[in-house]
Amino acid sequence: MRAKPLLVTIAHRLAILAYIAFALFPLFWLLKVAVTPNDLLYSEGIRLWPSRASLEHFDFVLRHSAFPVFFRNSLIVSGSTAVVVTVLASLSGYALSRFRFRGKYWLVTLMLLTQMFPLVMLVAPIFKILSPMGLTNSLTGLVIVYSAFNVPFATFLMQSFFDGIPRDLEEAAMIDGATQFVAFRQIILPLTLPGIAATLGFVFTAAWSELLFALMLISGNEQATFPVGLLSFVSKFSVDFGQMMAAGVLALIPACLFFLLIQRYLVQGLTAGAVKG
Amino acid sequence: MEYTLRRKGLPAIRPPLMKRIADASAPYLYTAPALILIVTVMLVPLVLGVSYAFRDVQLLNPFSGAFIGLGHFRALAEDEAFFRSLRNTLWWTGASVLLQFTFGLILALLLDKPFRGRALAQALVFLPWAVPSFLAGLNWAWLFNPVVGPVPHWLYAIGIMSQPANILSDPQLAMWGPIVANIWWGIPFFAITLLAALQAIPRDLYEAASIDGAGPVQRFLSITLPFLAPTIAITILLRTVWISNFADLIVVMTGGGPADRTQIVASYIFTQAFKRLDFGYASAVALVLLALLLAYSLLIVILRQWLISKD
Repeated sequence: MRAKPLLVTIAHRLAILAYIAFALFPLFWLLKVAVTPNDLLYSEGIRLWPSRASLEHFDFVLRHSAFPVFFRNSLIVSGSTAVVVTVLASLSGYALSRFRFRGKYWLVTLMLLTQMFPLVMLVAPIFKILSPMGLTNSLTGLVIVYSAFNVPFATFLMQSFFDGIPRDLEEAAMIDGATQFVAFRQIILPLTLPGIAATLGFVFTAAWSELLFALMLISGNEQATFPVGLLSFVSKFSVDFGQMMAAGVLALIPACLFFLLIQRYLVQGLTAGAVKG
Repeated sequence: MEYTLRRKGLPAIRPPLMKRIADASAPYLYTAPALILIVTVMLVPLVLGVSYAFRDVQLLNPFSGAFIGLGHFRALAEDEAFFRSLRNTLWWTGASVLLQFTFGLILALLLDKPFRGRALAQALVFLPWAVPSFLAGLNWAWLFNPVVGPVPHWLYAIGIMSQPANILSDPQLAMWGPIVANIWWGIPFFAITLLAALQAIPRDLYEAASIDGAGPVQRFLSITLPFLAPTIAITILLRTVWISNFADLIVVMTGGGPADRTQIVASYIFTQAFKRLDFGYASAVALVLLALLLAYSLLIVILRQWLISKD
């Protein structure tokens, strides 16, 4: 009887390991090629680690290419989008959580619909609208577009966090004479800090990854975000794999940092929602 | 919030008019900024896009813009590339959703019970989800590239390929490239959602079942699956719509090629707008896609009603 649980345990751990290997291998390979010096790249094609590693590609990318500009642009766009969306979504999520009002049903329906229809439909009209306002080829334009795309989901996310906080708290404050907005700002918001962090993380990652609208709205290197810069780099210098992958590794850093920060709350938060729902 | 009425023992005092107006408008003030943003950046362009579908809108042609009625749709009816992209969309969506779900469910089951190092394992297997989609696409394109990537050499070594070649340039196999990348990228989403649902199943149910002598397979079929069913249904539905619109990986990895073999409708729309700058035609294709997605959603709703009424 003892042998069977042991076998099951071993099979379980092996399966987990297989998943981890599948998840990490592409990223590992990215890093491997990024540190392989050019003269070894072809001669040691599929070795798992080069006989000599170097940071020359990172050095080149950081000092002699436009990538620091792309990196900065992406940070500005993603950071601003995350802040704008989190502020707007806290307000609207709070309204959905605490008020009953006419139009609530329509608001929720509208927000759900925006999650369903293909955003690629909007590529052409948004370009046409933003272009005369001077918002194409501008980081501000991207922030506006990304904020709108992310507000609906962020609203639902914030709403679920507000739902988890008892109403008595702000009612008590209001009996003591505070207005509801003051109660919201000074009592409820500090309690939802984990939710705010999760929302910031989600939106930052989404904006950092967005490609199609950035490709359409941005032309030229000055305002390019990281995806646009990397793709134009790939099509222009498609031979220098080491440099491209070094740039790829750099693009990975902020997204992974945010992920490691929020992944602990990921299943927890969803579980809380599922138990309630 | 009608907290004024809650003062016990005192007669309810009607608040002054200004206060009542402020109270009534409060929810709208809270939601207005988000609503305005959504309407101006999503709803207005959507309506405008629908109008483009019936107009000749080309970015580089200042004389375009005239109303042409159903002209785009007539062209569309004879557009071989469009119909190929429709078939490709079905194949791309079906294979991606099915495989993501299967591997995601297995992963969720593996992570359900506590074991040493679970937190670390969970963080590692969920990591692809944090990788920006364009980078996932590039990363896999490089892995499939025989010059720097190992995959063609492995396929060659185990005898699947006669020589280490790039599957992304093989018309018969090219679609597998974006699909594999999509599976890698999308497993965590399914695993996270299903894991959350799994953890919400009351543990004592399993204990009761095993006391009653139910084996693991029986417990899975009669407890786990029924509890997961609603989550599975809703995630697969939403994911199907989402993936059929998800063009990033294809745009990055193949650009729709070779010979349109990996072009899906969403990437076709993007190509028409971005490369050919034909906004009118792109919007017409987009309108057809929207109609198909609406039909799909409607079908699901009707199917659900029918299933409920049958019980």
